[in-house]
Amino acid sequence: MNNVIDKALGIHPHALSIGAKRLETLAANMANADTPHYKARDIDFRAALSHAMTTSAGALQTRHQHHIGGGDTASEATLYRTPTHPSLDGNTVDTQLEQAAFAEAAVRYQASLDFLSRRIDGLRKALRGD
Amino acid sequence: MSLFNVLDVSGSALSAQSVRLNTVASNLANAEVASTTADGAYRPRQPVFAELLRAAGQNGTSGVRVAGITESPLPPRMEHMPGHPLANEDGYVFFPAVNPVEEMANMMSASRSYQNNVEVMNTVKQLMLRTLQLGQR
Repeated sequence: MNNVIDKALGIHPHALSIGAKRLETLAANMANADTPHYKARDIDFRAALSHAMTTSAGALQTRHQHHIGGGDTASEATLYRTPTHPSLDGNTVDTQLEQAAFAEAAVRYQASLDFLSRRIDGLRKALRGD
Repeated sequence: MSLFNVLDVSGSALSAQSVRLNTVASNLANAEVASTTADGAYRPRQPVFAELLRAAGQNGTSGVRVAGITESPLPPRMEHMPGHPLANEDGYVFFPAVNPVEEMANMMSASRSYQNNVEVMNTVKQLMLRTLQLGQR
């Protein structure tokens, strides 16, 4: 039964969860804009999304309590940003770039919310037989 | 939901930047405090930031913490004022080595950083509220 709803909602729940992790990463970059030796990170959204869609099982399977599951898809797609200019204290955060990326990530997150909301509406109408 | 972590991260940044603003205020307030000896003079302070490493399973995002507040190693300014009540035998008074221009630049950078993090928190709070309304009529 779960499969039907998963297929109906499509990529949007995954896009929402990866979008949230990306917002978290960009917020951490902006918070650490003055920390020495901090390296700015970002998530490759496309790669993470396609990985989330193909491996529907998600983390590695664990059958024993001592097995360690693998990382989730978003942390695997986290890469370091190429620094735009050299800095004395080893910090690679460019605040303007991070602000622009944060604005873009926020808009994408809202778009995913809208799409998901519409899909849920569609499912509801189908269940009611409208 | 990861968005709750953003509030933690941005909150830690607000706290660290306000410590920075506090040290700037402290330096500027004590800029003209005279002393008889070089050791007794006020030394300008600076916070040192470090990453606040959170649990390993949270995508590796980290907030910021104040690792410590260092005092400037620069020697205090000596001024020859024989009439000053705190002058030593040679007539010199020691003033703190506070550079007002540097402190103002520090203050502008700290307040800009503070505003950025407040914007982040506001945006994320709105996104979280909209997420809660998902699927409602």
